[in-house]
Amino acid sequence: MTDGGCNHCAGLSRSRFLHRAAAEAGRGLPAIEPGMPLPAGTGLSRRSFLVRGVGAALAVYGTSRLGIRAFEEGIAAAATTPAQPVLVSIFLEGGADALSVLSPQGDPLYRQLRPQLALAGGTALREDSRLFWHPAAAGLVELYGEDKVTVMPAIGYTNADQSHFTSRHYWEVGATDPNLRTGWLGRYLDRVGKPDNPLQGLSLDDTLAPALATARLPVASITGADQYDFWSNRVWGEVEGRMLEAFGLLGAKRRDPGLQSVAQVAAQADRLRQQLLPFQSDSDDSNGFASPVPYPKSSDAFPARLAGLAAMLAAGLPLRAVALSAPGQYDTHSAQASALASGLQLTADTLLAFQRDLEARGIADRVLVHLWSEFGRRAKENGSAGTDHGAAGVGFLVGTRVAGTMVGEFPGLASGLDEDGNVKATADFRGVYSALLEQWLGTDPAAIIPGAAAFARPQLIR
Amino acid sequence: MAGVAVYRGKFGAAEAERLLWRAGFGPRRGEAAKLARLGLEGAVHHLVAPPREKLVGPAPHDDKGRPLAPFDAWGHDHAWWLDRMVRTSRPLVERMALIWHDWFATSNAGVDSQRLMLAQNQLFREHGLGSFHDLFSRVTTDPAMLLWLNGSDNSKYSPNENYAREMMELFTLGADRGYHEADVRQQARALTGFRNDWRNGIGPTNFRYDPRYHDTGAKTIFGHSGSYTWKDSVRLCVTHPDHASFFVGKLWSYFVPTPPDHATRSGLERLYVRGGNAVQPVVAAILRHPQLYRGPRMVKSPVLYTAGLLRRLGRGIDTTAWVWLDAMAGQQLFDPPNVAGWDDTRWLDTATWRGRWWIAEYVLQPFALDPGKASRPADPHKLLDRALSFWHRPVLGAETTTALLAFARKAMADAHGTVWKQRQYAVMTENALRHLIAVSPELQSA
Repeated sequence: MTDGGCNHCAGLSRSRFLHRAAAEAGRGLPAIEPGMPLPAGTGLSRRSFLVRGVGAALAVYGTSRLGIRAFEEGIAAAATTPAQPVLVSIFLEGGADALSVLSPQGDPLYRQLRPQLALAGGTALREDSRLFWHPAAAGLVELYGEDKVTVMPAIGYTNADQSHFTSRHYWEVGATDPNLRTGWLGRYLDRVGKPDNPLQGLSLDDTLAPALATARLPVASITGADQYDFWSNRVWGEVEGRMLEAFGLLGAKRRDPGLQSVAQVAAQADRLRQQLLPFQSDSDDSNGFASPVPYPKSSDAFPARLAGLAAMLAAGLPLRAVALSAPGQYDTHSAQASALASGLQLTADTLLAFQRDLEARGIADRVLVHLWSEFGRRAKENGSAGTDHGAAGVGFLVGTRVAGTMVGEFPGLASGLDEDGNVKATADFRGVYSALLEQWLGTDPAAIIPGAAAFARPQLIR
Repeated sequence: MAGVAVYRGKFGAAEAERLLWRAGFGPRRGEAAKLARLGLEGAVHHLVAPPREKLVGPAPHDDKGRPLAPFDAWGHDHAWWLDRMVRTSRPLVERMALIWHDWFATSNAGVDSQRLMLAQNQLFREHGLGSFHDLFSRVTTDPAMLLWLNGSDNSKYSPNENYAREMMELFTLGADRGYHEADVRQQARALTGFRNDWRNGIGPTNFRYDPRYHDTGAKTIFGHSGSYTWKDSVRLCVTHPDHASFFVGKLWSYFVPTPPDHATRSGLERLYVRGGNAVQPVVAAILRHPQLYRGPRMVKSPVLYTAGLLRRLGRGIDTTAWVWLDAMAGQQLFDPPNVAGWDDTRWLDTATWRGRWWIAEYVLQPFALDPGKASRPADPHKLLDRALSFWHRPVLGAETTTALLAFARKAMADAHGTVWKQRQYAVMTENALRHLIAVSPELQSA
């Protein structure tokens, strides 16, 4: 095997496929149009400036037929109402290895199951002396020392599905239902959101996070659409203008569904091009905000996205639920040690900077971060210095308002493994979602999480 | 035994053109009419059992006129295969290779060797119309695949389940169809024994089967038990009662956008099973099926779109820009998004539409008329006629023709009363019409 050449894991990126499939093709979102109305133009210069400051334009998703002006007015109106609590959902894509993030060095079986991968030393967890923080998670350790982190050492559900596709879908829709087409945060937004505020659900990724998929209200995604230009060789001036106008004409409705699917996108491209015109001329103000604290320097967009998020929140933009992916590769079938450490390091360092940023801006009490992965990994390592798909995984809540009391417990490697050799869940993600809805977002979980009453709700907020 | 329905309608140039798009990369100039003269049976036979390959057209080169370096230079693998698609006289062979590349989606992002990726590509080219059992066996032991899904990491000391899972979920049975987690684990044990070395400067090398790494113990797979090896893994998948339906459904979806009716599906499954997993008869039956000719159009994939435009104009590969252009439109060869391949039902969105606009722009660049030199009539109808003639008169629907004429009329109205504008705008209008035709719904689907 090449040095680490395999830890991209093919299977991992299949979840990207699901990401697209669920968010764009989901029956719950029939009218999703990638890059639909953008809050461009006048009347909201500060807000759109800040949004552009994140480095990209805003794409709005949803079934609403409201025009861009209505969105702008809605965003402005919502921004003047009292600040809402914000939940930031951060996804460790690929199935992060819980037994490395919190290594059970105090468990006598750990070294036996992980002869190559076992970690040694580091900071022990205050609440369970068997568990040690991964050295790359130092940023979280610091916040944990300040009672700003809740640890979930074995979070999941019984009979965990070991497909990236399926398990991630369960977490995103908030139920073990393969056919549910709205995200758990999307259903929350449908209940409390407004028809004219797409920013209430904001995806800080190339495509809409399925957890935010709503049935009726608009949500938004930051895209790279600030570069939406078109031209043709040896066509200029008035003729070029007429040519670009003709996009919309090509979008005329067709009978044949194949032709219609092209025409439909031509019409969307036409609309998007016009909406993005204001972004084309002054796209160089990419530093539209200043952060009061330094963020990690990285070619990965994650630090810049969270820095931009803090700026947007400080500016009073009406966000309620935000979703994005953490940097790194967590589907570590081989060469796990280095792959896991680099992604985890950048994630934890950035989260620390984000927390300090929110605190410096005086808005830390409004924001809670939820870190999750679709499953954990097999207790016994494989022969490639990696680990295969497992069951229960690790999760964290970060913020000044978290209770800081461990949710569930580490079940131990002697009796805590299922028949497949995977860690059994000691807390159910649906119970955590229900508790977040009830205690943080102020919503009745029974209306959002199917069968919510069946899941124990830990006390998550102090 | 009830056969699979066969198209009995008119088989003229329009039908032959559709066949050339579904089974290849679209017609060269005059090719559809020529194929139509063979009739449906003759045309399908010509595609599924083609004579020896001839490469037609200029040899490929990069932007500086140098030969392609597909093993070494970034993106030249894509350009090299695109050239085969553009120049081949055996379009279905290349199309099947593209289908298998999607079916057994392997990416250079994990293999990190263009040489190994192209060796796999050659496997698809040589065996793509033979027996699926044979093809699947070759894929299972193919070095690129062994790297991609950790096959050569998988040993009796510690099985790696990556290939074991995908071989059933994505390659032969479908998710949650006829297997359980226990089968994944047992398959992984049966598949143990492949190894390779890694040497500085060379990379992965010496791919081999080493029995010392094979788990010789008994395994239970799909309820059968034995001391299975990788050959049994493969055999158990392709003889699984749920395999034929998966195979037929997936294969059909590459050629026809609407699902087959029940009779067609079961007819094709019988054909496949009785043919001993032979691919060619099933493909031939799909290419003769009425649903291919009477059903709706399919959106072309970015590579199909690019190759098709180049074939139509007789232009060879003279730039490697196609690599990033096709990537922008959502399909870089040897770099599928994941092991499930491309999402063939969703090629188009506003971002990939823009990618196609730029593909068309690059295809047209060498042909662009100079508004300072060329002379064109000021009549919008005549300009449209010339632009259509440039593309060898594709059939456009009334909606597109109306849109194009409306554009040409407005553009020429802007020039009204100014002599230099009338001259230059006419030329620019024809350039723009060529571009708009290229991105019209008719040319982006077939």
